Amino acid sequence: MGGEITLGHYLVLSGALFLIGLAGVLLRRSLLVVMMSLELLLNAANLALVAVGRFQGIPDPQVAVFFVITVAAAEAALGLAILVAIFRIKKTTAADQMASLRF
Amino acid sequence: MEQIFFWVLAAGLLISAVTVVAVRNPVTNAVCLVSTLVFEAALFITLEATFLAAVQVIVYAGAVMVLFLFVIMLLDVRVELLGKISWPKIVGVGLVFVLALVALPKLFSAFPFAGEALHWGHAKVPGTAQDLGHLLFSAYGPLFLTTGVLLLVATVGVVVLCRRDTEA
Repeated sequence: MGGEITLGHYLVLSGALFLIGLAGVLLRRSLLVVMMSLELLLNAANLALVAVGRFQGIPDPQVAVFFVITVAAAEAALGLAILVAIFRIKKTTAADQMASLRF
Repeated sequence: MEQIFFWVLAAGLLISAVTVVAVRNPVTNAVCLVSTLVFEAALFITLEATFLAAVQVIVYAGAVMVLFLFVIMLLDVRVELLGKISWPKIVGVGLVFVLALVALPKLFSAFPFAGEALHWGHAKVPGTAQDLGHLLFSAYGPLFLTTGVLLLVATVGVVVLCRRDTEA
């Protein structure tokens, strides 16, 4: 592992980060933590994009990351607003308590 | 030098990411997510994407995480209780493990670690604000304007969602 750092290192790191985030989205009950894990997923994608852009010599992935950060900010704001609205009614943020539509 | 920075930052990134997912106190989760985002910004610097690193710290670790912490404090969320083991949960764990066992080795073999090595100062794409600004306001101009509309819609949506019906 003492060798040079290549594109593969960054992509595997990004894949590992994605898996950690995926585990959080699938396993946690608190919707707040699920949203934080979503941010981890987006960041894993960002890391892969920047790494590919750097090693292939193309600037466009960095612009894509810029847009991902913007959309993530909008997503976090809307998601947290929905969470606050739900909390007012249900008094909980646990995902399995929100089963009103379950048949 | 590149190796030392990469391994230290990668270890920090993964450790704080695991803490985000594993710890039960929401405030600890949020603070660990901040450190994850800062480690990622440092990794952006090792890839010579300096403007994105700055944006990452200011927008993500700054603004978005303050939003998270505000909501945690506003809702006064207690430490999460343990849920009961359910089938979807077991399927979820299985899915993650299968992905970890299948996808990561695939990535390892798909990218033989023999390509171009990382050497600072040899980037073909400098990631300064000037370079990104040129792209954003020329080729990606329409997309950039659309982002403005998106943020406006998000702002209006948040206000509508959190409004209490005072007149009803």
